[in-house]
Amino acid sequence: MAQTEAELLDNPVEGSPTLILRSPDFHAITEVVAEAVERRTPTGWWFFFLPALALLGLLGVAVSWLFWEGIGIWGLNVPVGWAWDITNFVFWVGIGHAGTLISAILFLFRQKWRTSINRSAEAMTIFAVMCALLFPGIHVGRVWVAYWMFPLPNQMSLWPNFRSPLLWDVFAVSVYGTVSVLFWYVGLIPDLATMRDRAKTSMRKYVYGFLALGWRGSVRQWNHYETAYLVLAALATPLVLSVHSVVSMDFAVSVLPGWHTTIFPPYFVAGAIFSGFAMVVTLMVICRTAFRLEHIITLRHFDYMAKIMLVTGSMVGYAYATEFFTSWYSGNPYEMFTFMNRALGPYAWAYWIMVSCNVISPQIFWFKKARTSIPILFALSIVINIGMWFERFVIIVTSLHRDFLPSSWGYFTPTMWDVACLIGSFGLFFTMFCLFVRFLPMVATSEVKTVLPQANPHDGHAPQRETKNRAARPGLGTPTPEGAS
Amino acid sequence: MPLLVPQLPKGPHYGILAEFGTPTDLYHACERVRDAGFTRWDAHSPFPVHGLERAMGIRRSPLPWIVLIAGLTGAAFGFGLQWLVHASAQPLVISGKPYFSWPAFIPITFELGVLFAAFGAVLGMLALNRLPMHYHPLFRSKVFERVTDDAFFISIESWDPRFDSAATRKLLESLGARSVELLES
Repeated sequence: MAQTEAELLDNPVEGSPTLILRSPDFHAITEVVAEAVERRTPTGWWFFFLPALALLGLLGVAVSWLFWEGIGIWGLNVPVGWAWDITNFVFWVGIGHAGTLISAILFLFRQKWRTSINRSAEAMTIFAVMCALLFPGIHVGRVWVAYWMFPLPNQMSLWPNFRSPLLWDVFAVSVYGTVSVLFWYVGLIPDLATMRDRAKTSMRKYVYGFLALGWRGSVRQWNHYETAYLVLAALATPLVLSVHSVVSMDFAVSVLPGWHTTIFPPYFVAGAIFSGFAMVVTLMVICRTAFRLEHIITLRHFDYMAKIMLVTGSMVGYAYATEFFTSWYSGNPYEMFTFMNRALGPYAWAYWIMVSCNVISPQIFWFKKARTSIPILFALSIVINIGMWFERFVIIVTSLHRDFLPSSWGYFTPTMWDVACLIGSFGLFFTMFCLFVRFLPMVATSEVKTVLPQANPHDGHAPQRETKNRAARPGLGTPTPEGAS
Repeated sequence: MPLLVPQLPKGPHYGILAEFGTPTDLYHACERVRDAGFTRWDAHSPFPVHGLERAMGIRRSPLPWIVLIAGLTGAAFGFGLQWLVHASAQPLVISGKPYFSWPAFIPITFELGVLFAAFGAVLGMLALNRLPMHYHPLFRSKVFERVTDDAFFISIESWDPRFDSAATRKLLESLGARSVELLES
């Protein structure tokens, strides 16, 4: 790592933190990002793409067999009517949330470090939402009537029940997917124009040129564009919080012990951001190494992401504790039984995998050495995602498998088709991600350029973030009125 | 289709295109072009330069109003749809709730409000920017290809009342332009 401790530390005297290392000029940023798309397909890419494509094929087989035979091919039984299908759904929706957090919420908070990772994190969101939408779609059994979920006028004069959280979910996740695509595409327009203007083959010129919509980088265009971007960020922020809240209401609005708790919405949102950041770390470690973007996606970015994982992981741990407290304080024997059964019953192994992966392991991020060590970050990002998958499994299956009457107790064991659907969904995700890094600029160059020091037109002054402090201190340059905003 | 093709000035020339080396040069040049009283002109940069729209004297985008209207329309549509279904078209007693159980309608009202607002933001932005517009006289310039990479430009259109191909070229050169080019229409 060519990065020193001093570069990682924010130096309040010298000015704003260095986000991009090796002080590249504007063209060097364009070059490194666009070149990754324009060069011949590297052999290494096929090593990721072909296995992912094979898993996607497996998903195709599993889903086809499911449609042919019905959901009986999964390990579902009478008390456990939801298991890996909905676990996978909640897992994938949660993964998506970090992308929106990075692209929208950190944008509103003026966290400029997001510019290096927001494009690929948003792509991750879209692909995760695709995986997520798959599972409720296929778990309905009779997929040919899945359109009943939408309020379409039909010959039976039937309408969906808008009072049901399951229908709120249909709307929340599909709106989330649509808005994520819009946000991502708007962010892509200037970079697609870059690809158009650099294109050497007519194929690229037409395709990128068509998608870039004739963008001319004009300031009058940027004026509307930046407003649109800000508005979309402001819309995506409450949207992303609402999506996982609605997902949690699928459970919380029922009267099942283990599901019927008011803590679910914030607890689910924290867990979603936690697992999503872990997935961003996994992907970014691979991308920065494979495409030599170490100076754009720096250890500082990983340091910040590790801090977010530490915070959200601890919030999740706090929520686990609160659930136990609430069940004890409620005095309800069914509530108390459900939680004792979670920690000590037949699924105790799953519960303790969840606790060790999600609550205990991220505590290592209290140490800066761990936050800036790529091997530790990579290993923990995978551990955390295993833990977060188990969290959804624990919530869903342990709450269901011991019903109110001991005569209707059961145990869920997955079949090979459950496993095929889960790993097949990873195939879908990684296939899409491989295609993304091959054909689209994976870093938002027009945004990264704005955080370079020379992008600031108010020469001699530090970037905007610091000018307010500087104004109070004579001798450090006088900011222009524009710079003070 | 006025949205998809550029409005072109009459006459043989579209205007003048001047390249500047840095965002700072562009910023100061824009201030001077603005003060010279030009109205039909633009600046071009690979990324949004901070404060440049003020240096050019551009007003704030009216886009938030479009988004507000679109969002309210979506929310009203969502709420109205649920009222129509549960209180008017197909009144059914579900879990003993009243037909018009409006608190249960809020999540979908919110989601559809956001959906419409997001489409309002994107389509509104494209309409205000007159995009998609795949042809434009500026694309005839070879140097203009670097506008999405590392080059900064000012373009002044020939139908500006103050436009004069010789004097405007001189002005842009005096502002530190690296190169000045007369573009055909």
